[in-house]
Amino acid sequence: MKYLDEFNDPDLAATLFDQIRAVVTRPWAIMEVCGGQTHSIIRNGIDQLLPDEVELIHGPGCPVCVTPLETIDKALEIAARPNVIFCSFGDMLRVPGSHTDLFGVRSRGGDVRVVYSPIDAVAIAEDNPDKQVVFFAIGFETTAPGNAMVAFQARQRNLTNLSLLVSHVLVPPAIEAIASSPTSRVNGFLAAGHVCSVMGTTQYEPLVERYGVPIVVTGFEPLDVLDGIRRTVIQLENGEAYLENAYPRAVNAIGNSPAQAMLEDVFAVTDRKWRGIGMIPQSGWHLSERYADLNAETRFDVADMDVQESDLCRSGEVLQGMLKPNECPAFGKECTPRNPLGATMVSSEGACAAYYQYGRLESARTLPVVESGVARG
Amino acid sequence: MCLGVPGKVLDIRDERGTQMATVDFGGVTKDVCLAYTPEAQVGDYTLIHAGFAITMVDEESALKTLELFEELGLLEEELGIPSDVAIVDRGTAAGGARP
Ligand code: SF4
Repeated sequence: MKYLDEFNDPDLAATLFDQIRAVVTRPWAIMEVCGGQTHSIIRNGIDQLLPDEVELIHGPGCPVCVTPLETIDKALEIAARPNVIFCSFGDMLRVPGSHTDLFGVRSRGGDVRVVYSPIDAVAIAEDNPDKQVVFFAIGFETTAPGNAMVAFQARQRNLTNLSLLVSHVLVPPAIEAIASSPTSRVNGFLAAGHVCSVMGTTQYEPLVERYGVPIVVTGFEPLDVLDGIRRTVIQLENGEAYLENAYPRAVNAIGNSPAQAMLEDVFAVTDRKWRGIGMIPQSGWHLSERYADLNAETRFDVADMDVQESDLCRSGEVLQGMLKPNECPAFGKECTPRNPLGATMVSSEGACAAYYQYGRLESARTLPVVESGVARG
Repeated sequence: MCLGVPGKVLDIRDERGTQMATVDFGGVTKDVCLAYTPEAQVGDYTLIHAGFAITMVDEESALKTLELFEELGLLEEELGIPSDVAIVDRGTAAGGARP
């Protein structure tokens, strides 16, 4: 069981929980879209400390988890080629493809390198003119400006040995796909703060209007997430639905203009398949026509692949909030962070990994209920 | 990978047309690209995500966040310090591959 004194400001946390308890009269389901927020929620036991009426549904906001299996298999095929240096963020290395992962490729001699910053790949390309360097450009809108810089600098520096395997995903179309689904139980959304630092908040206004759901832009620290939940519950109880910015210290309406200009130059919107979920129209970025020659998929001619997802893994349901990770029969048994069957067990932002890391080994239904008031640290 | 860490700009330099900086994250320093926060000056705090400053933040909230991340042990992971990668390396081809 979790306690309030694990918050950095237990008094403030207690006040926020009290305010939620004071206003809530009916059951509400709130989706935190971003995996960083899922992590915060599970680590601090926010879901266990909330009144029973408020259910948190963990959304698909982990880019590692939703990168399509085909793309992982393409990465594996390219990385295994001789003469290739394959650069990736560290958390992609254990994502299972159909048959292996990037670590597996590396152990068989592939030159797979972890980069902290995307532009490390540019330096690697400059240092290795006789090799083809490929950068695995994945992520949401937060990561995209950095990844776009790789393409920009490759062009600016005339690097003919650098290309990108791009699989970017966008948050608003994912919220739209969930909000418009007839099976969705989600009453309100917490939007990911840092995505909005880049893109601004105005993109979300049409969603609020069209689907009548509150969207509250929220930060990542436990108190930020809790405050986002509080504001969403207040809107719902008041019968209101509007766009609220609960993270003004890092987010404004217009976002980061220089970053948006770069994104517009380098990327173009495209339909994108999300692992476990399927195709969401206009939900991703690929390289724009101007940069199409940097596309690793064409440069390495990785044809359509025959992909095979583990039939035990139910991450698709987890990513859509239909199943809690510990309700998956493989959770903690066949599937652990060391031997992940699905991508949601790989990234620390994946819901399955967060549940595992914080010891949610039992199904949520058998956990003791935290009585209101008793929880005060 | 989406958290983002606030850090203090220690110096700014131009690398072939791109603004780069050394940024201090409560003791750990990293090279960071300032192309998207051209207004940042030495001494300012910016929010860094995967080596790029994505927005300016004020000092007070930056210091609070840094303290919290340190407490939670999240700083290393967010800064890409390789402990995690080493642990999960399953003993295969360890080391060498990290730049
Ligand atoms: S616990 Fe493992 S097998 Fe089950 S849904 Fe999560 S990733 Fe898939």
